[in-house]
Amino acid sequence: MPKDSGIGTSPKRREDIRFLTGNGKYTDDINLTGQSHAVFARSDVAHGKINHIDISAAETMPGVLAIFTGEDFADVGGNPAGWLINSRDGEPMKEPKRPVLAYGKVRHVGDAYAAVIAETVLQAQDAVEAIKADITELPAIVDMEAALAGGGFVHDEIETNQCFDWGWIEDNRAATDAAIKAAPHVTTLSLVNNRLVPNAMESRASTADYDRGTGDYTLYTTSQNPHLTRLLVCAFVLGIPENKLRVVSPDVGGGFGSKIYHYGEEALVLAAAKKLCRPVKWTASRSESFLTDAHGRDHVTKIELACEKDGTFIAFRTDTMANVGAYLSNFSTVTPTFLHGTLMAGNYTVPNVYVNVKAVFTNTAPVDAYRGAGRPEATYSLERVIDKCARELALDPIELRRKNFIKPDQFPYASAAGLEYDAGNYDALFDKLEGIVDFGGFKARRAESEKGGKLRGLGINSYIEACGIAPSNLVGILGARVGLYDAATVRVNATGNISVMVGAHSHGQGHATVFPQVVSEMLGVEENSIEIVHGDTSKIPFGMGSYGSRSLAVCGSAVVRATEKIINKATKIAAHMLEASESDIDFKDGKFSVSGTDKSVAFGEVAFKAYVPHDYPHDELEPGLEETAFYDPANFTYPSGAYACEVEVDPETGKVTVESFTAVDDFGNVINPMIVTGQVHGGIGQGIGQALLENCTYDENGQLLSASYMDYAMPRASDLPFYTVDHSCVTPCTHNPLGVKGCGEAGAIGSPPTIVNAVVDALHSGGHTHVTHIDMPVSPARVWSAINS
Amino acid sequence: MLNITMKINGKAVSGTVEGRTLLVEFLRNDLHLTGTHVGCDTSQCGACTIHVNGIAVKSCSMFAVEADGASIDTIEGQENTDGSLNKIQQAFQDHHGLQCGFCTPGMVMAAADLLQNTPTPTEAEIRNHLDGNICRCTGYHNIVKAIMAASGQDVSAIAAE
Amino acid sequence: MYNFDFVKPLNVADALVALASEEAQALGGGQTLIPTMKQRLASPEKLVSLSGISEMQGVDISGNIVTIGGATTHANVALAGAFEGLTGLAGGIGDPAVRNRGTIGGSLANNDPAACYPAAALATGATIVTNDREIDADDYFQGMFTTALEDVEIITAVRMPIPQVSNYQKFEQPASRFALVGVFVAKYADGVRVAVTGASENGVFRWSEAEGVLSTNFSADAILGMSVDSSEMISDLHGTKEYRANLVRVLTGRAVSSAS
Ligand SMILES: Cc1cc2nc3c(=O)[nH]c(=O)nc-3n(C[C@H](O)[C@H](O)[C@H](O)COP(=O)(O)OP(=O)(O)OC[C@H]3O[C@@H](n4cnc5c(N)ncnc54)[C@H](O)[C@@H]3O)c2cc1C
Ligand code: FES
Ligand code: FES
Repeated sequence: MPKDSGIGTSPKRREDIRFLTGNGKYTDDINLTGQSHAVFARSDVAHGKINHIDISAAETMPGVLAIFTGEDFADVGGNPAGWLINSRDGEPMKEPKRPVLAYGKVRHVGDAYAAVIAETVLQAQDAVEAIKADITELPAIVDMEAALAGGGFVHDEIETNQCFDWGWIEDNRAATDAAIKAAPHVTTLSLVNNRLVPNAMESRASTADYDRGTGDYTLYTTSQNPHLTRLLVCAFVLGIPENKLRVVSPDVGGGFGSKIYHYGEEALVLAAAKKLCRPVKWTASRSESFLTDAHGRDHVTKIELACEKDGTFIAFRTDTMANVGAYLSNFSTVTPTFLHGTLMAGNYTVPNVYVNVKAVFTNTAPVDAYRGAGRPEATYSLERVIDKCARELALDPIELRRKNFIKPDQFPYASAAGLEYDAGNYDALFDKLEGIVDFGGFKARRAESEKGGKLRGLGINSYIEACGIAPSNLVGILGARVGLYDAATVRVNATGNISVMVGAHSHGQGHATVFPQVVSEMLGVEENSIEIVHGDTSKIPFGMGSYGSRSLAVCGSAVVRATEKIINKATKIAAHMLEASESDIDFKDGKFSVSGTDKSVAFGEVAFKAYVPHDYPHDELEPGLEETAFYDPANFTYPSGAYACEVEVDPETGKVTVESFTAVDDFGNVINPMIVTGQVHGGIGQGIGQALLENCTYDENGQLLSASYMDYAMPRASDLPFYTVDHSCVTPCTHNPLGVKGCGEAGAIGSPPTIVNAVVDALHSGGHTHVTHIDMPVSPARVWSAINS
Repeated sequence: MLNITMKINGKAVSGTVEGRTLLVEFLRNDLHLTGTHVGCDTSQCGACTIHVNGIAVKSCSMFAVEADGASIDTIEGQENTDGSLNKIQQAFQDHHGLQCGFCTPGMVMAAADLLQNTPTPTEAEIRNHLDGNICRCTGYHNIVKAIMAASGQDVSAIAAE
Repeated sequence: MYNFDFVKPLNVADALVALASEEAQALGGGQTLIPTMKQRLASPEKLVSLSGISEMQGVDISGNIVTIGGATTHANVALAGAFEGLTGLAGGIGDPAVRNRGTIGGSLANNDPAACYPAAALATGATIVTNDREIDADDYFQGMFTTALEDVEIITAVRMPIPQVSNYQKFEQPASRFALVGVFVAKYADGVRVAVTGASENGVFRWSEAEGVLSTNFSADAILGMSVDSSEMISDLHGTKEYRANLVRVLTGRAVSSAS
């Protein structure tokens, strides 16, 4: 009989009820008594020297309570990068200070140089207009190549625009160079991984409160990881004792990376709340989000693939410039390096891999991890060049990939890019894909499209990613400044219902539904009697939050460990209650029984006993039933997948329509298939957005051209098809207790190359064989230009 | 300041606003009906979609005074009288048509607008009707599916769990 | 946004009185004006809502003429179904919520270079009726965001001769969904008119060479070899001059095919 609850089932999401009835509580929905409002004065030039900021007129405006400028924060710390990267020559990366408010210089359009706190938002806006900023505009540094060539500097004190020049693995460099030189065939491709704006539909917001009596601060903020925000604010920026700051991240309307980081606005509202002894609220407009949220991607890459004439891979070598924008955001240094370079061997047995990444400061908004973070960039480069190679050698693109796949019996497999893949079966994924997609019927569908004047293309793709971020030992060696474990507390209340405090944060992923499935499966109690608590540093033990597809693999594992501890203790209590030896107690379906007898007690009775410990072995056991576990993963997890899509291209207008899209993924064990499917859908939607629509562009003066939905093309319902999604190929992760790998980013990683491969295929079928590549977004105008070039 | 009265979710409401107060600001700030969201400042995302006199409008692109005397429906008034989810809301839950929930109130209101004029919409009609509603989480698959299901169509053939 | 006074007159005469004061501005559906005011790019001291004026509402079809009240929403124009090109155009503006508020008068007064209605007005040789005169479409559009309207002048109605056949082809700008290029083709007994929006730096324009050819041979093939001069086309993030010029030809052909 199929299960109807617990692991592997798809209960409806319980959090949906509040969202569907308008009862969600997002940060901007929270209003505190006596709150005032912050509005920021932001630079309208990309690069400028601040001579003087005159706030005298603004200060006297109605309702104005306080005005802050960069000078007010000159003595506090900077917002740091979370990862120290060393250059190839061993030099540590350049790490200029990122202040709360710009000081000395403004470095990108939208860089905040002052903030007004007033009784109302409108009064604050009026006062911002009255601030007179004397700023001398400097030439903007926008293009990465020009930035590296020198001239002006984004940060004068470091006298370079290069943050680091990273080689991975530096010791492999010579061998890779030699292998490429000697190879019978080399395919080369230059490409751009287009810059994106994350665009969570809820814009960032922060409200701070300060209790004068106790000296306690509270920050309500749109964060994917409230503990990390607390750590950064306390330890690095404002120096507030960690036990005096409570960070609450309530319902959050999507993150996709952009809400991992600590931003200056959070520090500002905290400092202002203390100064005024009043709550201070700030909510970004969408226009502010475009200018100031950390953007994603923005790589310029040259990749070379060397192989035998039969397609056996010999070496991959890449040369990348990665834009980090004007300041180092918290994950900005790890994203283009360890989250990117280590994946550059893909699913393949290639012996030589070398990755070079130069990170470049520019007068643009900071760039950081965005859904997939580094792995989409790696997959895109690799899978595009493989596709090009297949065409050059006239090999079937699936066969070429299969020929080079790591085979199931080779796991664990040490990749040439330095990771140890624990489990996978890439051929099985393609077998499945070939079972789902009617590849045989493609010719007929192409002919049908051609009758309508359209070109039809088939794109296929394979990916591997590293999730479940991350083993602290390993990342420590690689330069991480924090550990990347997670934590959970399982609290069984006296009446038997359960609260689970988790360090992961749900902003759409459905933790409130999924984590109880795990606990319910283990304890045999009703899912509905288990409640998840997250997003509040005063309620949860600790946590590194949700990103990098880590919630279940890392925090879920902590939940398992804590629940195991509960079972251990409850077994002891049950043994006492049943007057049996602990080793004779069996726990099954929520019942403790003495093996070989009909004596048993229910889990609820044990819980009650723990809290009403009359007749209790106080010398052996403490009262209460609450356990905490921290879980540090032994390795990354390695989801992988095989994707296919068909597109139609209108050669007259260049418009591409996605006719079908199929994603076959191996996520290891799946706890809730409905939610996993939804995560893949969302990732594919974003991936198709990157491939066809989204393009964050600055002009040569550093003005953001795509600064609103008028110019930044968000995927809409009418741009996208229904998707076919399968995750029945399972190779469980070998090192976490649930055997899970993570599914949040897969779609965004696997889909962009699938789409571009299909577009190139379509153009070739129409005789446009000179088109070997089109940079994303593959917009109508670009396709048309490529055809007519 | 201007005095306005209107009916919101069947209840008479009055308030005092400035000319520039947007309808969404009146709902969220004055009436604490925070289910209607703001996702942009260029009238494109649809997170603020409500019904004014029975038709869908973007409450961020209308002044509160313009709604003086109107009858307004928001997400807060969509449940059945017994408090259960209405058929669109229920279909969204059944088919996992929401993730972070931020776009959801607007999506539900846009879907209701569609179904009152087009009781059995095609996939294309649904997708077109959502042109002014952006969702960043779902890739739209399950939203479209949920709306089809809410209209009584059999969606079992559409892939997914 | 700056504050302003708000009035909602019930007839055109009262609206004109209200508009006569300094810094007063008409408010149609607000679908352009409100976002502009949010950015503090417009700061009227008084807004005169036209939505209460019943004489400016509705679509009237009599004989070969359709008369659309200046405050009629896009949704109501689409619903009226006057003729194919117009119905398709109105039903394709923005999204349903925008169509429920935005008005034909607001669109024509604004004359955004990427807006749809200007193409319909120009291709049908419409008459823009204001509170004190009637303006030929050919004289009305005077370049991007510029029209023949005087300071205190309200579009009370738009009159369009109903074509024998017509079609509007809109190629959407992928972000805003306005027209990257839009072409309206209208065929009358005395000839064909082709109006192009979205493409030119001078706003909506008539493609007279195509009109000439199509007036003698109303088929897509007739314009196959033709091209528009790309030198005055818009070039931006979403397409080059050349690309837009290409779209003008392609969409004109498609409009003709769909209209015939
Ligand atoms: C998301 C979105 C998508 C859109 N997509 C499209 C599209 O695809 N195609 C398209 O064509 N448009 C599009 N628009 C614009 C929309 O059609 C607007 O409704 C229209 O441009 C302006 O009409 P309005 O009635 O809203 O005018 P308002 O915004 O109220 O006013 C605009 C200007 O016209 C003046 N005005 C208004 N009415 C009159 C009148 N009767 N007489 C004189 N002056 C008047 C006002 O003073 C103001 O200067 C879109 C808008 C949005 C928000
Ligand atoms: S808030 Fe985005 S359309 Fe209203
Ligand atoms: S569910 Fe998050 S934006 Fe739609």
